[in-house]
Amino acid sequence: MDWVYDLFPKLHAAIEGWLRSILPPSIESAGVYIVMGVLSAFLLINVPLILVMVLIYMERRLLGRFQHRLGPNRVGWQGTLQVIADGIKLLTKEDIIPANVDRWVYNLAPVLFAIPVLLVFAVVPFGEEIYLTDLNIGILYIVALTATSTIFVFMAGWASNNKYSLIGAMRSVAQLISYEVPLVLSIVGVVLVVGSLSMREIVDKQSIPFILLQPLGFLVFIVAVSAELNRSPFDLLEAESELVTGYHIEYSGMKFGMFYLVEYIAGLAYSAVITTLFLGGWKGPILPQYVWFVAKVLLVFAVLIWIRATLPRVRIDQIMGFAWKFLFPLALINIFITALEVLLWPEGFPAWLVVVNLGVALGLLVVMQVLFRFPGATRHVVPQALVGRG
Amino acid sequence: MAFRTEPITVNFGPQHPSTHGVFRMRVTFDGEVIVDMEPVFGYLHRGSEKLAEERTYTQVITLTDRLDYVASMSNNLAYVLAVEKLCGINPPERAQYIRVIMAELVRIASHLMGLGFLLNDLGAFATPLMYMFREREKIMDLFEMVCGARITFSYMRIGGVAEDLPPEFYPAMTRFLKEMPGYIDEYEALLRENEILLARTKNVGILQPDKAINGSVSGPNLRGSGVPWDLRRADPYEIYDRFEFDLPLGKVGDTYDRFLVRLEEMRQSVRILNQAMEQIPKGPVRASVPMLVRPPIGDAYAHVEAPKGELGFYVVSDNSIAPYRCKIRSPSFINLTVLRDMVLGWKLADMIVIFGSLDVNMGEVDR
Amino acid sequence: MYGIGIAKGMLVTIKHLFRRTFTVQYPEERLKVYPRYRGQEFVWYEERCTGCATCAKYCPLGIIKIVTHPVGNPAEGFDYYVDVFDIEIARCMFCGLCVEACPYDALFMGTHYEMASYTRQKLVINVDQLKKAKKQPSAFMRPHLLDVKYEEDTSLTPERAGRMWQGRWAGGEKPAPQAPKTEE
Ligand code: SF4
Ligand code: SF4
Repeated sequence: MDWVYDLFPKLHAAIEGWLRSILPPSIESAGVYIVMGVLSAFLLINVPLILVMVLIYMERRLLGRFQHRLGPNRVGWQGTLQVIADGIKLLTKEDIIPANVDRWVYNLAPVLFAIPVLLVFAVVPFGEEIYLTDLNIGILYIVALTATSTIFVFMAGWASNNKYSLIGAMRSVAQLISYEVPLVLSIVGVVLVVGSLSMREIVDKQSIPFILLQPLGFLVFIVAVSAELNRSPFDLLEAESELVTGYHIEYSGMKFGMFYLVEYIAGLAYSAVITTLFLGGWKGPILPQYVWFVAKVLLVFAVLIWIRATLPRVRIDQIMGFAWKFLFPLALINIFITALEVLLWPEGFPAWLVVVNLGVALGLLVVMQVLFRFPGATRHVVPQALVGRG
Repeated sequence: MAFRTEPITVNFGPQHPSTHGVFRMRVTFDGEVIVDMEPVFGYLHRGSEKLAEERTYTQVITLTDRLDYVASMSNNLAYVLAVEKLCGINPPERAQYIRVIMAELVRIASHLMGLGFLLNDLGAFATPLMYMFREREKIMDLFEMVCGARITFSYMRIGGVAEDLPPEFYPAMTRFLKEMPGYIDEYEALLRENEILLARTKNVGILQPDKAINGSVSGPNLRGSGVPWDLRRADPYEIYDRFEFDLPLGKVGDTYDRFLVRLEEMRQSVRILNQAMEQIPKGPVRASVPMLVRPPIGDAYAHVEAPKGELGFYVVSDNSIAPYRCKIRSPSFINLTVLRDMVLGWKLADMIVIFGSLDVNMGEVDR
Repeated sequence: MYGIGIAKGMLVTIKHLFRRTFTVQYPEERLKVYPRYRGQEFVWYEERCTGCATCAKYCPLGIIKIVTHPVGNPAEGFDYYVDVFDIEIARCMFCGLCVEACPYDALFMGTHYEMASYTRQKLVINVDQLKKAKKQPSAFMRPHLLDVKYEEDTSLTPERAGRMWQGRWAGGEKPAPQAPKTEE
């Protein structure tokens, strides 16, 4: 059974060896490079897509159970083929382009939307030796890439020429950009401890998962991530009960399918990032590394589903206030504390620091209860000149 | 640098996931802030009042089912009370108890739906709604035992109710009454103290008591504003004076208070049901009234505390087999009149929630 | 502390993960309907029906159409043979007033609920269908049927379905209705 553990490196070596044996020496290195590159790219695009199908199925079933119902269980054994059935349905649906849309932008948005989230997987280490590349600025690369999705959301919202989608797009710009800040700042804590931006090294250095060492950073990060992913309670861009579905309201057929899919790919990507940064990545006993990695990713996503099943949505001014007045200071404090700890114990942290950090995190939540109030009642005085202009 | 911005006008509804049917609001936004709102009614108008003039008195009962279709029993009750007043019929005591039981059960069912959709409007992704539908389903089962239908009951008749309670009703009812308080606690645990919910609803959409009274608002919305007015107390119809129950009152009149009042009213309804099931006497359930009644010339108005507020029927008779005029005072419609005042200056998301907290039913608004 | 209310709610949802679900898998699992269920297929007994059309008159929507012709000896009083008994159940609201009105216990609500159809014409039940249909009447307004348990193929006889027989034919045999005479 040993082959299970290093399946992918062995496979890699085998294919490479086979290629070298059949290619003429003149084009050998170039040929191997190209073929292996294409193969890896193929894997990197398709493995996430397969995992996304698992995620969608999991989300629907789990949501069902959280809501005391069953969820899809008809197509295939226990509904496992439901996602495929949905995909076929979306593919065969009529593709409606509303009359007054900005055609180029409208058609481009769903396609472009998919690119950055797929690129994220290039630096995600699925195992000790299973990764496409080990960028030394890996985590920065991920943050920079995913930040671009704002543009595509806005493209979709603007081009649809629909008021709901426009409002949704406006919200997205405000929300996504605000949440970039705590997102990045909460990563800094991890980076300080590790001393590197490379995803691989972050995993390597995690003798204990950083969720224990950095509870505050984890909290800020997971909240910011659910905002970045437009997931409840921060799903203002789509806000089913307010904006119907927000920015992609005018999309139908597979274009809608793209948005839907990309949202889940992003969910997968961020779950992978959380796993890498805070949960020890592929580390774990007995089972092969990639199994551990996937299991942890699914666990993170299950938590996100659980949150979605419980919480109501926050309002746009509250969401902004939350980012700037709650998460931002917490993230700064986290950086400060971490920096102090790194200075004090450059050789590695004592174990009791885990308890201290947890205590600090909980204490800060209590403090924030006093310092930060959700802007609850903010009724605007309507300028008389505007009343009745509808 | 100052941008010159323009307000945009958005048509909310009639087809929109959270307009509770087919309500349409023409809203003008300045950014996300509402500067103007104009409700547009009538997408569900079926002319119930006019239709009633062409039905016999008994047949009109089927029309009342379709007013507030989540609380048909109350509608039946209000209508038959009006006709009984018109003819001077006194239903037997057991029938009155059965009517009260039905009205309170339907109040729980309606509040469950109202709360569920309010929380859904808040964005709680159907979880509370699913939980509440689960209990509503049990109430629907009880109704199915009693009258054979789950939504359009047509159960009450002039001079009583259609049929006596079937034997299987009693154990099911006892079980329901035992379980229900636990479920209500569960709803409370689910969201009552939730920080996001508090932030979204506390002090949002305040309805001042004087404004509520001026606007003729009734029902939980009025009590949410702290006005102790409940027709079950103020003008005890049927046998409501025999039961002990409290009137839950709000303090501020905000969305949260209306939420709490509904939650608490369900508890009180369970209390009334417990007493009613204890006290219910044996006997006939229907006075001997022919199916074709011919009331004397005159008019009568009867009102009940329906789940949504004061539901009244004004029936005029010209001594024929059909009402000469049947006017329906529907609480949802009148509660909606304060909506514009409540939402101006709030944000888009608040508007949806405030509208949801009024708990209107479009079948009743448009009639 | 922030998060306590949220944590409470999260506990409630996670508890539901381990409870048995409340939903029913419809085509395989069916809930039993209660005896009084006002179901779709009306049950009609030609033996008991006098063709009085009371039901048609009490229907708030006027969707029952009855055509009769007299049979028998005019001197002893006519019987009426029911030629047409159309119930347009596409418009029916299953209020049960027709059943309540029928003085001879000839019309009953049904106990089934699967009559979906692609055309409205198919949703008009005519007299032949009513005659042929399986007779599993509901107990709505017929309290003596409350304890009847239906199997797949039970079909109640007219005698069992009716209450104490006090109609016109209480003493003797009911004459078999004659088929309408067609003139050639
Ligand atoms: S159930 Fe009601 S609507 Fe249907 S046929 Fe009978 S009386 Fe008419
Ligand atoms: S079903 Fe009953 S009411 Fe209708 S015609 Fe026959 S006997 Fe008369």
